[in-house]
Amino acid sequence: MYDFLVDLIGNEIIAAFISAALPVVFIVPFVIFGVLMERKVAGHMQDRLGPMRVGYHGILQTVADFFKLLQKEDIVADGIDKKFFNFAPYLVFAGSYAVYAALPFSSKYIGADIDLGIFYIIAVSGLVVAGILMAGWTSNNKYSLYGALRSAAQIVSYEIPTALIILSMVMLTGTLSLAEMSEMQTAYFWNWNIFGGAEWSFTKLLLIPFMFAGFLLFYISSLAEVNRTPFDMPEAESELVGGYHTEYSGIKFSMFFLAEYANMFAVSALVSVLFFGGYHSPIGYVGNTLGLEALIPFEQVFWFAAKGIFFVFVQMWLRWTLPRVRVDQLMTICWKYLIPYAFLNLLIIGIITLI
Amino acid sequence: MAIKTEQLILNMGPQHPSTHGVLRLEVELEGEVVTKVKPHLGYLHRCFEKHAEAMSYPQVIPYTDRMDYLASMYNNFGYVLAVEKLMGIKVPERVEYIRIIMGELQRIASHMVALGTYGLDIGAFTPFLYLFRDREKILTLFEMTCGARLLYNYMWVGGLSHDLHPDFVRMTREFISYFRPNVVEVNELLTFNKIFIERTANIGILPADTAINYGITGPNLRASGVKWDLRKNDPYSIYDRFDFEIPVGEGTMGTVGDCWDRYYVRVLEMEQSLRIIEQALDQLPEGDINESIPKRIKPPAGSVYQRVENSKGELGYFIISDGTLNPFRVKVRAPSFVNLSVLNELCRGHMVADIIAILGSIDIVLGEVDR
Repeated sequence: MYDFLVDLIGNEIIAAFISAALPVVFIVPFVIFGVLMERKVAGHMQDRLGPMRVGYHGILQTVADFFKLLQKEDIVADGIDKKFFNFAPYLVFAGSYAVYAALPFSSKYIGADIDLGIFYIIAVSGLVVAGILMAGWTSNNKYSLYGALRSAAQIVSYEIPTALIILSMVMLTGTLSLAEMSEMQTAYFWNWNIFGGAEWSFTKLLLIPFMFAGFLLFYISSLAEVNRTPFDMPEAESELVGGYHTEYSGIKFSMFFLAEYANMFAVSALVSVLFFGGYHSPIGYVGNTLGLEALIPFEQVFWFAAKGIFFVFVQMWLRWTLPRVRVDQLMTICWKYLIPYAFLNLLIIGIITLI
Repeated sequence: MAIKTEQLILNMGPQHPSTHGVLRLEVELEGEVVTKVKPHLGYLHRCFEKHAEAMSYPQVIPYTDRMDYLASMYNNFGYVLAVEKLMGIKVPERVEYIRIIMGELQRIASHMVALGTYGLDIGAFTPFLYLFRDREKILTLFEMTCGARLLYNYMWVGGLSHDLHPDFVRMTREFISYFRPNVVEVNELLTFNKIFIERTANIGILPADTAINYGITGPNLRASGVKWDLRKNDPYSIYDRFDFEIPVGEGTMGTVGDCWDRYYVRVLEMEQSLRIIEQALDQLPEGDINESIPKRIKPPAGSVYQRVENSKGELGYFIISDGTLNPFRVKVRAPSFVNLSVLNELCRGHMVADIIAILGSIDIVLGEVDR
């Protein structure tokens, strides 16, 4: 995409800016849609309708909420570290935004096609922890501090099983680049990594159960990484009121909000890239049938978004079904169950790929 | 070299989503572990008992509504029973039955709020709305009968404010058959959920002797394995005519008297209340509900104590009459107030998140704690 823009505009700097700004074009509408979806999913699961007033069936509710948030007073309490307090929400958002740079939306568009794409994502999402800690500490509020410390401990712990599963996928595919990884799972859905990858052999069948296990482990730990129920400790509204963003209001609060939904989609997209073929269609392309090559990238964006949104939907489904675990149980799940199983999975997949 | 550390004192409430009202808790913490919980009360104090002295006997009834606002019918029930005992009034059979039906419906409604908000405290939002949806049906029944949905002023000294609506019996039966499967649904969704059990089993264990020493009553006492229910042990009104069980905590998921037991006893009690309502509907006699309402309510000088089994525990009214139109003194033994006193005992050694779980399992209503 970047090369294409350079050819089109003829200026590398402007092209770089446009290329970098493209994810915003996706994130903001996604958040507007995602928040509405969350409220609709919650509503229908709970035998009610959700927002119904603004627009047809409330489709403009989030837009209205967004403008309301923009108008809100930006409250900064006394006795806090103003510099870092103001900086934290942007850092959190930057952390989740930077992840989008390495996500392959289609074969033609990837923000930055770096060879170390997947490690870049793991590394850069660590920025979120710094931002959350900053927010909690500078708020000078005990609830915020509890939320922030829980969140930091949680995200750091759950990165280990996530990284282990990613490592096993790297062993299987032999690449760290997400674009390449997606490209390997081309054609139909039985070529997806969760069904053992594109290569037809005896090992493919052997891999399937461990791929499913890996997917489950990865999905559970990704839930914890984005602080969703049943692991929404940092925000646990019944205990900590709002967690690390209790003291924020107006646009800074909406930054946290934006980051949360952006993160939800990012991990879901990662799940689909690692296990479910990334941007590839499960049933072939209309563009191929019609002979319109130009249609394929758009179809790929559609499939990428659809898979991502499906996993976001599962996150919402879980949120409105399950209670919340306690903070020590959360750590127990991670250190006593997820990490050993992830190790075991890594080991077995390693042995199978060697056969 | 020892690092100098100090305890963290966390102020929880009065404006906190999970203190079930304006309760303030001063929590001393060692890391995330609670060393002491000190409840501060009085944010909702409305001088009910003092007010009652300046009012005539029937005028006190709407004030009793406002104590435990989730079980207003039962508050009315206890008060009118006390005044009737003082005056020696025998109410007609139909009135007795209607009172029992209303009281048990109210108990179910109150338990629904308790269970729903408990799920909310643990982080499960959906069962809360399912239970509120069903509670709506009970409120509709009340609204049909007396026009009010929360504060009824329905039971009068010697009678009732309105007779039943012609559709009431049919609709109550419909409600019973509608609600039974829904209890199963809530059980599947919340009660036997692995995470919910992890959060509540073996948390906040209340041994039977501690419970008795603190004067704990109601579902909280029964969850500790003590079979004590005033409807059976000291029957008032016509409770001795009905066939029902007293569910007690058995430590199914952990230890007897833990949060899960306190929760589950309420689930089982709803079924028993449904049974009582069914029997009462079958036996409901015809008659005039107003025939024993006295023209002038002026009890003779003396005092009376009447206790009833509220949804929260033992609700007692102690009334002193000096022979005038106004009570000389009305003292209420509020179950929520007494039950709350054990909080520090239960919370010590648990984590911050468990305070919420324990407080929710005690099921307090601040209107009754502060009065």
